[in-house]
Amino acid sequence: MATYNTAEFKSGLKFLQDGQPCSIINNESVSPGKGQAFNRVKFRNLVTGKVLEKTFKSGEKVDAADVMETDLQYLYSDGDFWHFMDESSFEQYQATATAVAGVEKWLVEQNVCTITLWNNNPISVKPAKQVVLEVADTDPGLKGDTAGTGGKPATLATGAVVQVPLFITIGEKIICNTETGEYISRAK
Amino acid sequence: MQNSLINWRPTASILTLKKRSKILQDLRAFFYTRDVYEVDTPILSTSSTPDLHLQSLKTYLNLPGLVKNTLYYCHTSPEYAMKRLLCAGSGDIFYLGKVFRDEDLSSRHQPEFTMLEWYRLGFSLQNLMEETAELIQAIIGKCEIEQISYQQAFLNYAKIKNIHTASAQTCIECLNKHNIPEVVAVDLEDKDLWEQLVFTEVIEPQLGWNKEQKKISCIFNYPAKNAALAQISVDNPLVAERFEVFVQGLELANGYHELQDPKIYLQRFEKDLELRKESDKGKVAIDRQLIQALEKDGLPDCSGVALGVDRLVQLALQQKDIQAVLAFAVMKP
Repeated sequence: MATYNTAEFKSGLKFLQDGQPCSIINNESVSPGKGQAFNRVKFRNLVTGKVLEKTFKSGEKVDAADVMETDLQYLYSDGDFWHFMDESSFEQYQATATAVAGVEKWLVEQNVCTITLWNNNPISVKPAKQVVLEVADTDPGLKGDTAGTGGKPATLATGAVVQVPLFITIGEKIICNTETGEYISRAK
Repeated sequence: MQNSLINWRPTASILTLKKRSKILQDLRAFFYTRDVYEVDTPILSTSSTPDLHLQSLKTYLNLPGLVKNTLYYCHTSPEYAMKRLLCAGSGDIFYLGKVFRDEDLSSRHQPEFTMLEWYRLGFSLQNLMEETAELIQAIIGKCEIEQISYQQAFLNYAKIKNIHTASAQTCIECLNKHNIPEVVAVDLEDKDLWEQLVFTEVIEPQLGWNKEQKKISCIFNYPAKNAALAQISVDNPLVAERFEVFVQGLELANGYHELQDPKIYLQRFEKDLELRKESDKGKVAIDRQLIQALEKDGLPDCSGVALGVDRLVQLALQQKDIQAVLAFAVMKP
Protein backbone atom coordinates (compact mmCIF):
# COMPACT_ATOMS: atom_id res chain seq x y z
CA MET A 1 0.00 0.00 0.00
CA ALA A 2 1.22 3.49 -0.83
CA THR A 3 2.26 5.63 2.12
CA TYR A 4 2.82 9.30 2.76
CA ASN A 5 5.49 10.82 4.97
CA THR A 6 4.44 13.77 7.15
CA ALA A 7 6.69 15.91 4.94
CA GLU A 8 4.22 15.29 2.10
CA PHE A 9 1.20 16.45 4.14
CA LYS A 10 -0.83 19.20 2.52
CA SER A 11 -4.45 20.12 2.34
CA GLY A 12 -6.51 17.74 0.25
CA LEU A 13 -4.24 14.75 0.85
CA LYS A 14 -6.24 11.56 1.42
CA PHE A 15 -4.97 9.08 3.98
CA LEU A 16 -6.17 6.32 6.28
CA GLN A 17 -6.60 6.95 9.97
CA ASP A 18 -7.98 4.24 12.25
CA GLY A 19 -8.96 2.37 9.11
CA GLN A 20 -11.06 5.21 7.72
CA PRO A 21 -10.35 7.50 4.79
CA CYS A 22 -9.60 11.07 5.76
CA SER A 23 -8.77 14.26 3.93
CA ILE A 24 -6.35 16.87 5.30
CA ILE A 25 -7.92 20.28 5.81
CA ASN A 26 -4.93 22.00 7.29
CA ASN A 27 -1.37 20.99 8.12
CA GLU A 28 0.98 23.04 10.25
CA SER A 29 4.45 21.83 11.01
CA VAL A 30 5.91 22.79 14.34
CA SER A 31 9.67 22.63 14.66
CA PRO A 32 10.76 24.03 17.98
CA GLY A 33 14.39 24.12 16.77
CA LYS A 34 15.45 22.31 19.92
CA GLY A 35 13.41 19.17 19.75
CA GLN A 36 11.40 16.75 17.69
CA ALA A 37 9.29 18.39 15.00
CA PHE A 38 5.56 17.67 14.86
CA ASN A 39 2.75 18.22 12.41
CA ARG A 40 -0.51 19.62 13.72
CA VAL A 41 -3.07 18.23 11.35
CA LYS A 42 -6.75 19.04 11.00
CA PHE A 43 -8.58 16.52 8.84
CA ARG A 44 -12.03 15.36 7.89
CA ASN A 45 -13.14 11.77 8.19
CA LEU A 46 -14.69 11.26 4.78
CA VAL A 47 -17.11 8.61 6.02
CA THR A 48 -18.53 10.38 9.06
CA GLY A 49 -17.76 13.93 7.91
CA LYS A 50 -16.32 14.68 11.36
CA VAL A 51 -13.43 17.11 11.61
CA LEU A 52 -10.61 15.87 13.83
CA GLU A 53 -7.24 17.12 14.95
CA LYS A 54 -4.16 15.08 15.62
CA THR A 55 -0.51 15.76 16.23
CA PHE A 56 1.84 13.61 14.19
CA LYS A 57 5.49 13.11 14.97
CA SER A 58 7.34 14.40 11.90
CA GLY A 59 8.80 11.63 9.80
CA GLU A 60 5.88 9.29 10.55
CA LYS A 61 4.22 7.55 7.66
CA VAL A 62 0.51 7.12 7.04
CA ASP A 63 -1.21 4.87 4.55
CA ALA A 64 -2.63 6.52 1.48
CA ALA A 65 -6.38 6.20 1.01
CA ASP A 66 -7.61 5.27 -2.45
CA VAL A 67 -10.17 8.04 -2.57
CA MET A 68 -11.47 9.90 -5.61
CA GLU A 69 -14.32 12.18 -6.45
CA THR A 70 -16.40 11.54 -9.51
CA ASP A 71 -19.63 12.80 -11.08
CA LEU A 72 -22.30 10.13 -11.31
CA GLN A 73 -25.93 10.12 -12.33
CA TYR A 74 -28.48 9.18 -9.66
CA LEU A 75 -30.73 6.38 -10.93
CA TYR A 76 -33.07 5.18 -8.18
CA SER A 77 -33.29 3.82 -4.66
CA ASP A 78 -34.50 0.35 -3.81
CA GLY A 79 -34.90 1.24 -0.16
CA ASP A 80 -31.63 -0.41 0.89
CA PHE A 81 -29.27 1.14 -1.62
CA TRP A 82 -29.08 4.25 -3.74
CA HIS A 83 -27.92 3.47 -7.26
CA PHE A 84 -25.68 5.68 -9.36
CA MET A 85 -24.20 5.36 -12.82
CA ASP A 86 -21.13 6.64 -14.59
CA GLU A 87 -22.56 8.30 -17.70
CA SER A 88 -19.60 7.45 -19.92
CA SER A 89 -18.74 3.89 -18.83
CA PHE A 90 -22.30 2.97 -17.69
CA GLU A 91 -20.67 1.38 -14.66
CA GLN A 92 -23.07 1.30 -11.73
CA TYR A 93 -22.37 1.99 -8.08
CA GLN A 94 -24.55 1.45 -5.03
CA ALA A 95 -24.37 3.74 -2.04
CA THR A 96 -25.45 2.75 1.45
CA ALA A 97 -27.81 4.73 3.66
CA THR A 98 -24.76 5.94 5.59
CA ALA A 99 -23.19 7.37 2.43
CA VAL A 100 -26.31 9.32 1.49
CA ALA A 101 -27.26 10.25 5.05
CA GLY A 102 -28.60 13.80 5.17
CA VAL A 103 -28.72 14.28 1.42
CA GLU A 104 -31.14 11.58 0.32
CA LYS A 105 -33.97 14.11 0.27
CA TRP A 106 -32.09 16.10 -2.40
CA LEU A 107 -31.48 13.18 -4.74
CA VAL A 108 -33.49 13.61 -7.90
CA GLU A 109 -33.49 10.83 -10.44
CA GLN A 110 -31.25 11.52 -13.43
CA ASN A 111 -29.47 14.38 -11.64
CA VAL A 112 -25.69 14.30 -11.57
CA CYS A 113 -24.08 14.20 -8.10
CA THR A 114 -20.51 14.30 -6.92
CA ILE A 115 -19.65 11.00 -5.30
CA THR A 116 -16.59 10.26 -3.19
CA LEU A 117 -15.38 6.73 -3.88
CA TRP A 118 -13.16 4.87 -1.46
CA ASN A 119 -11.74 1.64 -2.87
CA ASN A 120 -14.34 2.15 -5.58
CA ASN A 121 -17.28 2.27 -3.13
CA PRO A 122 -19.34 5.43 -2.59
CA ILE A 123 -18.76 6.84 0.87
CA SER A 124 -20.35 10.24 0.45
CA VAL A 125 -22.68 11.91 -1.97
CA LYS A 126 -22.94 15.59 -2.74
CA PRO A 127 -26.03 16.60 -4.73
CA ALA A 128 -25.99 19.50 -7.19
CA LYS A 129 -26.07 22.84 -5.40
CA GLN A 130 -29.51 23.60 -6.82
CA VAL A 131 -32.24 21.13 -7.59
CA VAL A 132 -35.73 21.47 -9.03
CA LEU A 133 -38.43 19.63 -7.08
CA GLU A 134 -42.19 19.43 -7.21
CA VAL A 135 -44.25 20.51 -4.22
CA ALA A 136 -46.14 17.45 -2.99
CA ASP A 137 -47.96 19.06 -0.15
CA THR A 138 -48.48 22.51 1.36
CA ASP A 139 -51.30 24.60 2.82
CA PRO A 140 -53.48 26.23 0.19
CA GLY A 141 -51.88 29.32 -1.20
CA LEU A 142 -52.94 32.89 -0.64
CA LYS A 143 -53.46 34.18 -4.17
CA GLY A 144 -52.02 37.57 -4.82
CA ASP A 145 -49.41 37.40 -2.09
CA THR A 146 -46.36 37.82 -4.30
CA ALA A 147 -44.34 39.83 -1.86
CA GLY A 148 -43.23 36.64 -0.18
CA THR A 149 -43.81 37.99 3.27
CA GLY A 150 -43.88 35.24 5.84
CA GLY A 151 -43.89 31.67 4.63
CA LYS A 152 -45.16 28.18 5.17
CA PRO A 153 -43.67 24.70 5.11
CA ALA A 154 -43.92 22.65 1.93
CA THR A 155 -43.20 18.96 1.53
CA LEU A 156 -41.43 18.18 -1.72
CA ALA A 157 -41.56 15.09 -3.93
CA THR A 158 -38.49 13.61 -2.26
CA GLY A 159 -39.79 14.22 1.26
CA ALA A 160 -37.69 17.32 1.87
CA VAL A 161 -39.49 20.04 3.81
CA VAL A 162 -38.64 23.66 3.02
CA GLN A 163 -40.07 27.04 3.92
CA VAL A 164 -41.75 28.50 0.85
CA PRO A 165 -43.58 31.78 0.19
CA LEU A 166 -47.35 31.75 0.74
CA PHE A 167 -48.19 31.86 -3.00
CA ILE A 168 -46.65 28.45 -3.75
CA THR A 169 -49.21 25.73 -4.46
CA ILE A 170 -49.22 21.94 -4.71
CA GLY A 171 -47.85 20.64 -8.02
CA GLU A 172 -45.59 23.63 -8.64
CA LYS A 173 -41.88 23.11 -9.29
CA ILE A 174 -39.46 25.07 -7.20
CA ILE A 175 -35.68 25.54 -7.08
CA CYS A 176 -33.95 24.77 -3.76
CA ASN A 177 -30.44 25.23 -2.46
CA THR A 178 -29.34 21.80 -1.25
CA GLU A 179 -26.57 23.19 0.97
CA THR A 180 -28.77 25.51 3.02
CA GLY A 181 -32.04 23.64 2.45
CA GLU A 182 -33.68 26.90 1.40
CA TYR A 183 -36.21 27.83 -1.26
CA ILE A 184 -34.70 29.97 -4.02
CA SER A 185 -37.46 30.58 -6.56
CA ARG A 186 -40.15 29.05 -8.69
CA ALA A 187 -38.81 26.91 -11.50
CA LYS A 188 -39.64 28.31 -14.95
CA MET B 1 2.95 31.68 -16.29
CA GLN B 2 0.83 34.53 -17.53
CA ASN B 3 2.42 37.88 -16.70
CA SER B 4 -0.75 39.08 -15.02
CA LEU B 5 -0.49 36.19 -12.53
CA ILE B 6 3.05 36.98 -11.43
CA ASN B 7 2.87 38.56 -8.02
CA TRP B 8 5.84 40.88 -7.76
CA ARG B 9 4.54 42.92 -4.84
CA PRO B 10 6.24 43.05 -1.43
CA THR B 11 4.68 40.89 1.29
CA ALA B 12 5.09 43.76 3.78
CA SER B 13 3.56 47.19 3.38
CA ILE B 14 5.93 50.07 2.71
CA LEU B 15 4.95 51.57 6.07
CA THR B 16 5.90 48.32 7.82
CA LEU B 17 9.24 48.28 6.05
CA LYS B 18 9.95 51.82 7.24
CA LYS B 19 9.10 50.81 10.80
CA ARG B 20 11.25 47.72 10.44
CA SER B 21 14.16 49.89 9.32
CA LYS B 22 13.75 52.00 12.47
CA ILE B 23 13.77 48.84 14.62
CA LEU B 24 17.01 47.62 13.00
CA GLN B 25 18.49 51.05 13.68
CA ASP B 26 17.32 50.92 17.34
CA LEU B 27 18.77 47.44 17.80
CA ARG B 28 22.16 48.56 16.56
CA ALA B 29 21.97 51.70 18.70
CA PHE B 30 21.26 49.55 21.76
CA PHE B 31 24.63 47.86 21.32
CA TYR B 32 26.67 50.90 20.24
CA THR B 33 25.77 52.65 23.50
CA ARG B 34 27.03 49.56 25.36
CA ASP B 35 30.30 49.28 23.48
CA VAL B 36 29.32 46.07 21.76
CA TYR B 37 30.42 46.18 18.12
CA GLU B 38 28.94 44.57 15.04
CA VAL B 39 30.60 41.71 13.21
CA ASP B 40 29.31 40.46 9.89
CA THR B 41 30.56 36.89 9.91
CA PRO B 42 30.32 34.83 6.70
CA ILE B 43 27.17 33.09 5.61
CA LEU B 44 29.09 30.31 3.85
CA SER B 45 31.06 27.73 5.74
CA THR B 46 32.58 24.35 4.96
CA SER B 47 31.14 22.94 8.20
CA SER B 48 27.83 23.29 9.94
CA THR B 49 25.87 22.49 13.06
CA PRO B 50 25.32 18.78 13.66
CA ASP B 51 22.20 19.54 15.73
CA LEU B 52 19.58 16.96 14.81
CA HIS B 53 16.83 19.55 14.64
CA LEU B 54 18.60 22.11 12.49
CA GLN B 55 18.92 21.51 8.75
CA SER B 56 21.40 23.63 6.81
CA LEU B 57 20.93 24.82 3.26
CA LYS B 58 23.70 23.65 1.00
CA THR B 59 25.39 25.32 -1.90
CA TYR B 60 28.30 24.41 -4.16
CA LEU B 61 31.25 26.63 -4.92
CA ASN B 62 33.26 26.72 -8.14
CA LEU B 63 36.53 28.65 -8.11
CA PRO B 64 38.34 28.11 -11.42
CA GLY B 65 41.64 26.34 -10.84
CA LEU B 66 40.90 25.91 -7.11
CA VAL B 67 37.72 24.07 -6.28
CA LYS B 68 34.99 22.43 -8.27
CA ASN B 69 31.47 21.86 -6.91
CA THR B 70 32.66 22.06 -3.33
CA LEU B 71 30.00 21.84 -0.65
CA TYR B 72 29.37 24.89 1.49
CA TYR B 73 26.66 25.32 4.09
CA CYS B 74 24.66 28.49 4.68
CA HIS B 75 24.89 29.21 8.40
CA THR B 76 21.93 28.44 10.65
CA SER B 77 23.34 30.93 13.13
CA PRO B 78 26.63 32.85 13.34
CA GLU B 79 27.50 31.04 16.59
CA TYR B 80 30.66 29.17 15.54
CA ALA B 81 32.25 32.07 13.69
CA MET B 82 31.45 34.43 16.57
CA LYS B 83 32.96 32.02 19.07
CA ARG B 84 36.14 31.88 16.97
CA LEU B 85 36.23 35.66 17.11
CA LEU B 86 35.74 35.55 20.89
CA CYS B 87 38.60 33.06 21.18
CA ALA B 88 40.71 35.42 19.07
CA GLY B 89 40.05 38.22 21.57
CA SER B 90 37.21 40.14 19.93
CA GLY B 91 35.51 41.16 23.16
CA ASP B 92 31.75 41.90 23.17
CA ILE B 93 30.24 41.46 19.70
CA PHE B 94 26.89 41.25 17.93
CA TYR B 95 25.67 39.98 14.56
CA LEU B 96 22.55 41.29 12.90
CA GLY B 97 21.80 39.60 9.61
CA LYS B 98 20.39 36.70 7.66
CA VAL B 99 20.55 33.06 8.64
CA PHE B 100 19.03 30.05 6.87
CA ARG B 101 17.22 26.91 7.91
CA ASP B 102 16.01 24.30 5.50
CA GLU B 103 12.89 23.62 7.49
CA ASP B 104 9.28 24.64 7.40
CA LEU B 105 7.18 27.55 6.34
CA SER B 106 4.53 28.90 8.68
CA SER B 107 3.24 32.11 10.17
CA ARG B 108 6.29 32.16 12.43
CA HIS B 109 8.94 30.46 10.29
CA GLN B 110 10.76 31.37 7.10
CA PRO B 111 13.72 29.47 5.64
CA GLU B 112 15.62 32.77 5.44
CA PHE B 113 15.30 35.04 8.44
CA THR B 114 17.06 37.80 10.33
CA MET B 115 18.88 36.92 13.51
CA LEU B 116 20.40 39.07 16.18
CA GLU B 117 23.06 37.22 18.13
CA TRP B 118 25.36 38.69 20.75
CA TYR B 119 28.00 37.64 23.26
CA ARG B 120 28.94 39.35 26.50
CA LEU B 121 32.21 38.63 28.30
CA GLY B 122 31.91 37.96 32.01
CA PHE B 123 28.10 37.98 31.89
CA SER B 124 26.28 35.37 33.91
CA LEU B 125 23.15 33.78 32.47
CA GLN B 126 21.16 36.07 34.78
CA ASN B 127 22.98 39.20 33.49
CA LEU B 128 22.29 38.27 29.89
CA MET B 129 18.67 37.35 30.56
CA GLU B 130 18.17 40.83 32.01
CA GLU B 131 19.89 42.50 29.08
CA THR B 132 17.79 40.50 26.61
CA ALA B 133 14.58 41.61 28.34
CA GLU B 134 15.83 45.22 28.26
CA LEU B 135 16.51 45.00 24.55
CA ILE B 136 13.06 43.56 23.89
CA GLN B 137 11.49 46.35 25.95
CA ALA B 138 13.45 48.89 23.92
CA ILE B 139 11.56 47.67 20.85
CA ILE B 140 8.10 46.62 22.06
CA GLY B 141 7.80 49.04 24.96
CA LYS B 142 7.89 48.66 28.73
CA CYS B 143 6.07 45.64 30.07
CA GLU B 144 6.16 43.09 32.88
CA ILE B 145 9.12 40.72 33.00
CA GLU B 146 8.73 37.20 34.39
CA GLN B 147 11.74 35.05 35.20
CA ILE B 148 10.97 31.46 36.12
CA SER B 149 12.82 28.20 35.93
CA TYR B 150 11.81 25.49 33.48
CA GLN B 151 10.66 23.40 36.43
CA GLN B 152 8.59 26.26 37.84
CA ALA B 153 7.02 26.86 34.40
CA PHE B 154 5.73 23.28 34.41
CA LEU B 155 4.29 23.82 37.87
CA ASN B 156 2.70 27.20 37.11
CA TYR B 157 1.35 26.51 33.65
CA ALA B 158 0.86 22.73 33.51
CA LYS B 159 0.46 21.83 37.20
CA ILE B 160 3.26 19.29 37.01
CA LYS B 161 5.15 19.39 40.28
CA ASN B 162 8.60 18.25 39.27
CA ILE B 163 9.05 17.76 35.57
CA HIS B 164 12.56 16.37 36.02
CA THR B 165 11.21 13.34 37.88
CA ALA B 166 7.66 13.20 36.42
CA SER B 167 6.68 10.17 34.34
CA ALA B 168 5.63 9.99 30.72
CA GLN B 169 2.16 9.12 31.99
CA THR B 170 1.93 12.37 33.98
CA CYS B 171 2.76 14.31 30.81
CA ILE B 172 0.18 12.39 28.78
CA GLU B 173 -2.50 13.04 31.41
CA CYS B 174 -1.62 16.73 31.37
CA LEU B 175 -2.03 16.85 27.56
CA ASN B 176 -5.39 15.12 27.84
CA LYS B 177 -6.57 17.49 30.55
CA HIS B 178 -5.77 20.43 28.29
CA ASN B 179 -7.66 18.85 25.37
CA ILE B 180 -4.60 18.72 23.18
CA PRO B 181 -5.38 16.86 19.94
CA GLU B 182 -4.39 13.21 20.10
CA VAL B 183 -0.71 12.62 19.47
CA VAL B 184 0.11 9.93 16.95
CA ALA B 185 3.16 7.66 16.90
CA VAL B 186 4.90 8.69 20.09
CA ASP B 187 6.06 5.82 22.28
CA LEU B 188 4.12 5.78 25.55
CA GLU B 189 7.41 5.50 27.45
CA ASP B 190 9.19 8.29 25.56
CA LYS B 191 9.11 10.77 28.42
CA ASP B 192 11.37 13.32 26.71
CA LEU B 193 8.97 13.67 23.81
CA TRP B 194 5.87 13.85 26.00
CA GLU B 195 7.63 16.47 28.11
CA GLN B 196 8.44 18.46 24.96
CA LEU B 197 4.80 18.26 23.91
CA VAL B 198 3.60 19.57 27.27
CA PHE B 199 5.98 22.48 26.84
CA THR B 200 5.07 23.35 23.23
CA GLU B 201 1.35 22.55 23.36
CA VAL B 202 0.36 23.50 26.90
CA ILE B 203 2.94 25.89 28.36
CA GLU B 204 4.26 27.89 25.41
CA PRO B 205 0.90 29.30 24.31
CA GLN B 206 0.41 30.67 27.86
CA LEU B 207 3.82 32.33 28.08
CA GLY B 208 4.26 36.05 27.57
CA TRP B 209 0.69 37.09 28.38
CA ASN B 210 -0.74 39.10 31.26
CA LYS B 211 -3.64 41.46 31.89
CA GLU B 212 -2.00 44.03 29.60
CA GLN B 213 -1.73 41.24 26.99
CA LYS B 214 2.04 41.59 26.90
CA LYS B 215 4.70 40.11 29.13
CA ILE B 216 8.31 39.04 28.66
CA SER B 217 8.61 35.47 29.99
CA CYS B 218 12.15 34.24 30.56
CA ILE B 219 12.44 30.52 31.22
CA PHE B 220 15.80 29.34 32.55
CA ASN B 221 17.54 26.17 33.72
CA TYR B 222 16.52 23.87 30.90
CA PRO B 223 17.06 20.15 31.46
CA ALA B 224 20.67 19.04 30.97
CA LYS B 225 19.57 16.90 28.02
CA ASN B 226 18.60 20.13 26.21
CA ALA B 227 21.89 21.84 27.03
CA ALA B 228 22.94 22.26 23.37
CA LEU B 229 26.13 24.31 23.86
CA ALA B 230 25.27 25.67 27.31
CA GLN B 231 27.16 24.87 30.50
CA ILE B 232 25.69 22.41 32.93
CA SER B 233 24.81 24.18 36.15
CA VAL B 234 27.42 23.84 38.87
CA ASP B 235 24.70 23.78 41.53
CA ASN B 236 22.44 21.25 39.85
CA PRO B 237 23.72 18.69 37.34
CA LEU B 238 20.15 18.09 36.13
CA VAL B 239 19.92 21.48 34.49
CA ALA B 240 21.77 23.52 31.90
CA GLU B 241 22.45 27.23 32.04
CA ARG B 242 20.16 28.01 29.16
CA PHE B 243 17.24 30.40 28.87
CA GLU B 244 14.54 31.15 26.37
CA VAL B 245 12.34 34.20 26.07
CA PHE B 246 8.67 34.21 25.05
CA VAL B 247 6.33 37.09 24.35
CA GLN B 248 2.68 36.46 23.50
CA GLY B 249 3.37 32.75 23.09
CA LEU B 250 6.10 33.42 20.55
CA GLU B 251 9.60 32.10 21.18
CA LEU B 252 11.93 35.04 20.68
CA ALA B 253 15.35 34.27 22.06
CA ASN B 254 17.57 31.45 23.22
CA GLY B 255 20.64 32.10 25.37
CA TYR B 256 23.44 30.14 27.04
CA HIS B 257 26.10 30.58 29.60
CA GLU B 258 28.57 29.32 27.03
CA LEU B 259 30.31 26.00 27.32
CA GLN B 260 34.12 26.41 27.25
CA ASP B 261 35.60 22.91 27.34
CA PRO B 262 36.51 21.76 23.79
CA LYS B 263 36.29 18.12 24.87
CA ILE B 264 32.64 18.54 25.83
CA TYR B 265 31.97 20.37 22.55
CA LEU B 266 33.34 17.37 20.69
CA GLN B 267 31.34 14.94 22.84
CA ARG B 268 28.09 16.78 22.17
CA PHE B 269 28.84 17.14 18.44
CA GLU B 270 29.59 13.45 18.16
CA LYS B 271 26.45 12.54 20.03
CA ASP B 272 24.49 14.77 17.64
CA LEU B 273 26.11 13.06 14.67
CA GLU B 274 25.07 9.70 16.09
CA LEU B 275 21.49 10.90 16.39
CA ARG B 276 21.60 12.24 12.83
CA LYS B 277 22.76 8.88 11.59
CA GLU B 278 19.94 7.09 13.45
CA SER B 279 17.30 9.30 11.91
CA ASP B 280 18.74 9.48 8.38
CA LYS B 281 19.42 13.19 8.58
CA GLY B 282 22.69 13.09 6.68
CA LYS B 283 26.19 13.75 7.91
CA VAL B 284 27.62 17.20 8.45
CA ALA B 285 31.27 18.11 8.90
CA ILE B 286 32.25 19.12 12.44
CA ASP B 287 33.73 22.62 12.64
CA ARG B 288 37.38 21.76 13.32
CA GLN B 289 38.36 25.42 13.27
CA LEU B 290 36.02 26.05 16.19
CA ILE B 291 37.47 23.12 18.13
CA GLN B 292 41.01 24.39 17.39
CA ALA B 293 40.10 27.88 18.60
CA LEU B 294 38.61 26.47 21.81
CA GLU B 295 41.70 24.30 22.38
CA LYS B 296 44.37 26.85 21.55
CA ASP B 297 43.23 30.23 22.86
CA GLY B 298 40.07 29.13 24.60
CA LEU B 299 36.67 30.78 24.86
CA PRO B 300 36.56 33.49 27.51
CA ASP B 301 33.83 33.14 30.15
CA CYS B 302 30.80 34.60 28.42
CA SER B 303 27.10 34.31 27.78
CA GLY B 304 25.50 34.56 24.37
CA VAL B 305 21.99 34.77 22.99
CA ALA B 306 20.27 34.59 19.59
CA LEU B 307 17.04 36.44 18.92
CA GLY B 308 14.62 36.20 16.00
CA VAL B 309 14.37 39.73 14.67
CA ASP B 310 11.44 39.15 12.33
CA ARG B 311 9.39 37.84 15.24
CA LEU B 312 10.40 40.84 17.33
CA VAL B 313 9.18 43.11 14.52
CA GLN B 314 5.97 41.03 14.36
CA LEU B 315 5.41 41.69 18.06
CA ALA B 316 6.31 45.37 17.86
CA LEU B 317 3.94 45.92 14.94
CA GLN B 318 1.36 43.33 16.06
CA GLN B 319 1.51 41.33 12.84
CA LYS B 320 0.21 37.77 13.04
CA ASP B 321 2.14 36.49 10.04
CA ILE B 322 5.89 36.75 9.61
CA GLN B 323 5.35 37.42 5.88
CA ALA B 324 3.87 40.78 6.75
CA VAL B 325 7.17 42.05 8.16
CA LEU B 326 9.42 40.81 5.33
CA ALA B 327 9.98 42.67 2.07
CA PHE B 328 9.64 39.46 0.06
CA ALA B 329 8.76 36.38 2.04
CA VAL B 330 9.08 32.86 0.71
CA MET B 331 5.55 31.88 -0.23
CA LYS B 332 3.86 28.50 -0.30
CA PRO B 333 4.02 27.22 -3.87
